[in-house]
Formats: sequence, structure tokens, C-alpha cells
Amino acid sequence: MPGQGLQTVSKAQTASKEIYDFKNKRVSIMNKVMPVLLFLCASVSVLTTIGIVVTLISETYQFFQKIPIFDFLFGTKWSPLIPPKSFGVLPLLSGTLMITFIACLVAIPLGLASAIYLSEYAPKRVRKIVKPILEVLAGVPTIVYGYFALSLVTPLIQSIFHSAGVFNALSAGIVVGIMIIPMVSSLSEDAMSSVPRSLRDGAYALGATRFEVALKIVVPAAFSGIVASAVLAFSRAIGETMIVTVAAGSTPNMTVNPLESIQTMTAYIVQVSLGDTPHGTIEYGSIFAVGMTLFVITFLLNILAQYIARKFREEY
Amino acid sequence: MEALININKLNLFYGAFHALKDVTLTIPEKAITAFIGPSGCGKSTLLRTLNRMNDMIPGTRIEGGIAIGGTEIYSNEVDVETLRKKVGMVFQQPNPFPKSIYDNVAYGPRLHGITSKRELDEIVETSLKSAVLWEEVKDHLKRSAFGLSGGQQQRLCIARALAVNPNILLMDEATSALDPISTLKIEELAQELKDKYTIVMVTHNMHQAARVSNQTVFFLNGEVIEYSDTEKLFSNPTDQRTEDYISGRFG
Repeated sequence: MPGQGLQTVSKAQTASKEIYDFKNKRVSIMNKVMPVLLFLCASVSVLTTIGIVVTLISETYQFFQKIPIFDFLFGTKWSPLIPPKSFGVLPLLSGTLMITFIACLVAIPLGLASAIYLSEYAPKRVRKIVKPILEVLAGVPTIVYGYFALSLVTPLIQSIFHSAGVFNALSAGIVVGIMIIPMVSSLSEDAMSSVPRSLRDGAYALGATRFEVALKIVVPAAFSGIVASAVLAFSRAIGETMIVTVAAGSTPNMTVNPLESIQTMTAYIVQVSLGDTPHGTIEYGSIFAVGMTLFVITFLLNILAQYIARKFREEY
Repeated sequence: MEALININKLNLFYGAFHALKDVTLTIPEKAITAFIGPSGCGKSTLLRTLNRMNDMIPGTRIEGGIAIGGTEIYSNEVDVETLRKKVGMVFQQPNPFPKSIYDNVAYGPRLHGITSKRELDEIVETSLKSAVLWEEVKDHLKRSAFGLSGGQQQRLCIARALAVNPNILLMDEATSALDPISTLKIEELAQELKDKYTIVMVTHNMHQAARVSNQTVFFLNGEVIEYSDTEKLFSNPTDQRTEDYISGRFG
């Protein structure tokens, strides 16, 4: 029948139209929704950062309405709770810097040495075992480190230096240093391992020893990564709170003697936050000013790190 | 020509893999010896035993002997760093250090204790001149080595190797990453250097071996099939497999 033939043709036509129908509602909605959704997720952290900075700035501004900024930055006496009240941040700053200095003195040499060992000397098997262990060290809660400082390191220090107090900067500083070793070693090791094999071969072929290759080829080539790891560790030490609260004491003290009790900026913020200081008072406002100081220091450090990393970058 | 390197029944294993089988070979002094053969035939492996670069690969085991100038290089008394100083090496990919041209060449001498600026200047100049690079770079020695072209970088690597005053220069497919003109320059350079140095080169390019070398060694599956004067090997090979390879029937 002629009609039947016609029907087949039109069926085939519809079928081919379906094949060439490229519209897909589900996909096109996904393509529109996903970027928005992902953007929202990304903005959570950005907005939080902005929120923190705004709060810090406004509270700090109010604090400086009452206390002259000059007295705060250059005052050498910090006595916010006990009259006569005084808000000179230098004792807290010196406490923080002393802890950080001791910590870096411990962490940078040890961290770098272990990074060199792992990247240049360790057999594959050893690296496979040691690196994860080092990284676990980074996951230990800091309160555990604090307890470790107070119950193990402090008695050890006291047995050597009899003048050391129960709370002292040395013990806390050493333990903060131990805490940040993995950060230095792991990041530095990553940077060193990514130095191409061909550069090492070039030096070996000239008769360089393993140590010379590590020190004169690998470390310079990985220098920017190493500096980045050191500065990150430095910022981490400055911001460390729990260990110093537990082990370093709560005595704002402008001293260069690491055996004395001190107080860091972070530990002061803990002290006031936990205490019964009423909101809106100068004492309460002072923790924002101290927080702001910390923020500015770490911010400047990050800029410095980027500058150093760029300046000393060796392209390969 | 006197034999400088004597390889005697050398066997090399990477773990369970038998990479070199009973290799016996002499390499003449102040001449160019070329290693040819298909990929994976062991030619690079043998080259890297001559300055003991294979030591760095875990699981490498060696039997038999290699004597350079009469000294067994795998004996316990041999200091690997001193050996490598005397047996320089240039690699497949130019691998200058991320430093200036000057510092690249001065790297080796500094490593071995030369600190006087005047002495270093002199070594840098003579090495760059030997590598026929001096005229091109003498006005910007302080510039980064990475600004040079691939061919210039490779000549810089040769200069760097010459700066520690070696006797032997190993070239591991040193032109395979270069364009034809740079390749030609390196080949010419090798011709000049053979008056002073013993050169051993690995090449995957038979024509290169035929053009530049005095002696050619043909490898197959970890064995030395044949070695003789280059001219003889290419015109009148004794082994059928050599003939098949050089006439392009495989490889």
C-alpha cells in the first residue's frame, strides 16, 4: 500500500530529528547552577576572612580611642587587669618573639636536616615509613604538646638550670619548635624532591659528593620552597597558643632570660577570653588590639616570604 | 692507538634484569668510540658504568672488570668522586645549573677547591673556548645559562665538564635533543676535542657514528656483537646482525 510507505518515511524522519536534537535540559541547568554553587562555597572562606578583619579593625579602633596608639606600641609595661593599668604591648611582643625565636632555632636546622636526609640520602623504603610518621607529628593536638612541655621538658630543663621556673619560655619554645619540625621538613622535602634528577646528575658527573650535591645544587634550587616553609613555620610559631598557655606562664615580662615565665600575645588573649572580663571594657578591647598586632605581623611575614621566594627563585 | 679502557667480561644486573652480558671491549686513547644499537641494548648502561653513575641506581650489581689506564675502577680503593672528575659526562638533555654561564663552568673547579678569582677566570675562558662557545657568550658571562639556546646549553655543559680537566669525556646521546645545525657543531667540536681527550659517545644515529667516530661498537640485547674501526664496521661487518642493523633492516 502506498500509505504504508509514506508512514515509514515520516517515522524515519522523526527518528533522525530526535538524533539531532542536541537540547538537554538537565545538562544545561547543571552548567548554570554548578558555577554559582561552587562560587558560594568559595565565598564562605573569603567572607569569613573579611568578617574577621572588619571586627578586628573596628574593635581595635575603639580601643585606640581610649588608649593612645603610641602608648600601646611602645609601652614597656603590660598590666591590663591590675591597677595601675597599663597597656604597653612590648612585654607580650617580646614574649612571643622569644618563643618564636627558640622554636625556629629548634625547628629550622632539624627540619632542614631531616628534609635533606629524606630527599637525598634515605632509601625509598625508609622515606616511605619516616615521612608519614613526621606528618602524624603535625596532627598531634597542641594541648598534648603543652602537657608534654610541662611534664617532661620543663623538669628536664630544671634539672640542668636550677633557676628555671615551673613556667618558662625555654620549655615552651623548644616544644613549639618540635611541633613545627614536620612543617619545615615536609614542605622543604617536597621542594627538594621536585628538583630535577638531571641537575643532580650534572653535579655528580663533575665529581660532587652526595652532601655537596644536596648543599650546593638541591638546596639553592629549592630555596624558595624552603624559605616558604620556614616562614610558614615562623607564622605558626607566632600564632601558637595552647603550648605557651600551658607551659610558658602568664607573666607579661620584658626579659631576655628564657628561663623566666613570660606571656605571649596569644596566651594573653586566652586569659582574657576565659576570664570574667565584661564586654565593652578597655581590658576586653585590648585583646582585639593584641589580635590585630598579631594579624599585622603574620601578614607582613607572608609578604616578606613571597618577596624572598621571588627574589631567590632559581628557575629550572 | 693505545687502549685506555679495558672492559673484561662485564656483567651488569638491575635487580633480576641482566642488562649487560659478558661485555669485553677495549677503548683506544685520544679517539672517538661510538656505541650504537637499538633502544634498550645496553649502550647507555655501559657508558654509565665508566664513571660509575650506575652506582646511584638501587639494585645494580656488577661482575667482571673495567680498568681505566690500568686501574680497576670498581675496586674498593677507588674514590668515585675522583674517578668522575677524570671521566666527565654530557647528558642527553642539556642540564645547565640554574646559575649564570660563568658559575656553571666554575662550578666544578670550585667544588674541587679552587677559589682564586684569577684562576677561575682563566679556567672559565679556556673551557668555553675549548667548547667553542666563548665568542658567543664572552660579553654576558653573568647572564643565566637558561637564556642560551639548546645547542649553546649543550656546549656549555661540555665546557662545564672540561673545566675539571678530565681525560675521558662520555657523551650520552648528547645531540639527540638538538636541531641539525647544533648537532653538527657538537660533532665538529667532538672532532677537535679528540686530540686531547678520549671520547666515548652513545648515539642512536648510525650516520653520526659513521661521520665522527674512529671505532664503533654494536650492541644488541646487552651483548657486544661486534666492534672495530668505524670504516670497517660500516663497510664490511663480519656479523650478519650488524649488517642487518646498519643497513636498516631493524632497529
